[in-house]
Amino acid sequence: MLLTTHNLAVGYGRGKHRTTLLSGLNLSLAPGEMVALLGKNGVGKSTLLRALTLSTPPHDGTITIDGQDASTLSPRQLSRLIGLVATTRAIAGALTVEEIVALGRQPHTGLLGRLDSHDRDIVNKAMTDADIAHKAHNNIQDLSDGERQKAMIARALAQETPIIILDEPTAFLDVASRIETMQLLHSLAHEHNKAVLLSSHDIAQSLMLADRLWLITRDRQLIADTPERITASGAMNRVFDNPAITFSPTLHDYLLQSSSH
Amino acid sequence: MSTARYILLVVALTAVLLALAVACLLWGSVDIDAAAVWQIIAGNGSGNRAWDIIVLESRLPMIATAALAGAALSVAGLLLQTTFNNPLAGPSILGVSTGAGLGVAIVLLALGGTIGSDMDTSLSGYIATLTGALLGAGAVLALLMFFSTLVKSSTMLLIIGILVSYLASSVISLLNSVATEEGLHSYVAWGFGSFQGVGNDHLALFAGIIVTALVAAALMVKPLNALLLGTRYARNLGVNTDRARNLLLLITGILTAVVTAFCGPIGFLGLVVPHIARLMLNTGNHNRLLPVTIITGAAIALLCSLLSALSPYGIIPINAITPIIGVPIIIYVLLARK
Repeated sequence: MLLTTHNLAVGYGRGKHRTTLLSGLNLSLAPGEMVALLGKNGVGKSTLLRALTLSTPPHDGTITIDGQDASTLSPRQLSRLIGLVATTRAIAGALTVEEIVALGRQPHTGLLGRLDSHDRDIVNKAMTDADIAHKAHNNIQDLSDGERQKAMIARALAQETPIIILDEPTAFLDVASRIETMQLLHSLAHEHNKAVLLSSHDIAQSLMLADRLWLITRDRQLIADTPERITASGAMNRVFDNPAITFSPTLHDYLLQSSSH
Repeated sequence: MSTARYILLVVALTAVLLALAVACLLWGSVDIDAAAVWQIIAGNGSGNRAWDIIVLESRLPMIATAALAGAALSVAGLLLQTTFNNPLAGPSILGVSTGAGLGVAIVLLALGGTIGSDMDTSLSGYIATLTGALLGAGAVLALLMFFSTLVKSSTMLLIIGILVSYLASSVISLLNSVATEEGLHSYVAWGFGSFQGVGNDHLALFAGIIVTALVAAALMVKPLNALLLGTRYARNLGVNTDRARNLLLLITGILTAVVTAFCGPIGFLGLVVPHIARLMLNTGNHNRLLPVTIITGAAIALLCSLLSALSPYGIIPINAITPIIGVPIIIYVLLARK
């Protein structure tokens, strides 16, 4: 296992204002698998991802990455283990796609961040793998949302981390870009042997492409299992508060049951 | 921009910088024959003792001071813009210069009025004003850091910077009202902004501090680039963001304080020059932005200095010229932003 958690509790705030959202989490993430984190808004998806990327300290329990207690890892060690794609839509600074992807090499370069030919090759390969090489010299601000997301995924690829964590990577995308992005992430897990963890509201795509789901129910229980077993168990109907919103296994999506039924 | 075009730009800008330096050497408020200037520089003397003194002890140190101060303020502006992720940040607009000014005012006004003034050119006097400026700039930067943890919006931080600036100005006015006449005189003269104040005696100290801080800034290029993606990405790239931010603000504080202590509160250069560099380069990449900001900052400060000396009505304060160059560019940048 690349990443495991033991009795992990996550939340926000500190001291008296501390609110724990999820607790008792014993999770694992293996190379070559794509895991989709599903749940309604505010249930704690982003908070869990923030804890797993060590952006915020956990409220309890431990995270082990590549056999080491994550709390003992330096920022630099961590930057070689986990690549992040955040939700942020706007990227400041007039940088080209190539410059953004090259920033992914920072954990591997020296004090001045100079790239050698090996680094350049990895940057080019990352752009090709993420299907954004044709926009290498375009300014990131001139790209469509889908292209920008590919550039940010290429940046995470150039980082050459065994784990890639993505916070709602398809949030701003249209249907075509959403499907392309999910396919890309799926191939990264299966062809490049990465451990890919993403949070998503895209139920149908997640059920179809993810190897496993981490489903957070409305009462903040996290169920980790394969899409088949989770849909068969009826757990998909424990996600939303409104009982009229039910999961249709045939459509792979939620529907509003009309009261006349 | 291709590497070849980038190198061409750097060479061209350096040529402009050198041309402006030569112009500052040849033209000033006193007419000196160009041939005589070359004789003086060559060490032969012009036969006119007053000309020798003007070229060697006024114009030459003034050129070095202007170039160093321009580079220092411009880099301070660039670091602030990246650190606070705010294109309108700059040492004067965020109140860092005013904070340094308050420190200087306390030294000049409260401590009797002769320390560090044009009547006292002793090293201890300069060190006193420098310390005042460093403490003042440091206090404002600490305050900005504190507020930046409370307010997430960069516009709010800008407004807080402007308010801090007003507060410092008000304390300076209060100090003015209780100051001695000598103190007031030297403070007002300092407030106009001038590159004449360093002189050969203190140039080594001035240059030493600024060059050290500029080298430190160059070593921060990697975290600066990571910060362009925001703190969350920067942290993911292995940057200790808290430490990087503290170091960047420390460098900014030193650059601003040294220039403010020696040359007065010079506005607009720090805000405007990084934008000129970005417009020329069309990138936010600090590997290229930092060198071009240094050269452009030095060149524009020399241009201001030349314009100030060439006026037929006597020397114009530097602070009367910088807004004329700066304001149109800032308005252009604001309008070009979507």
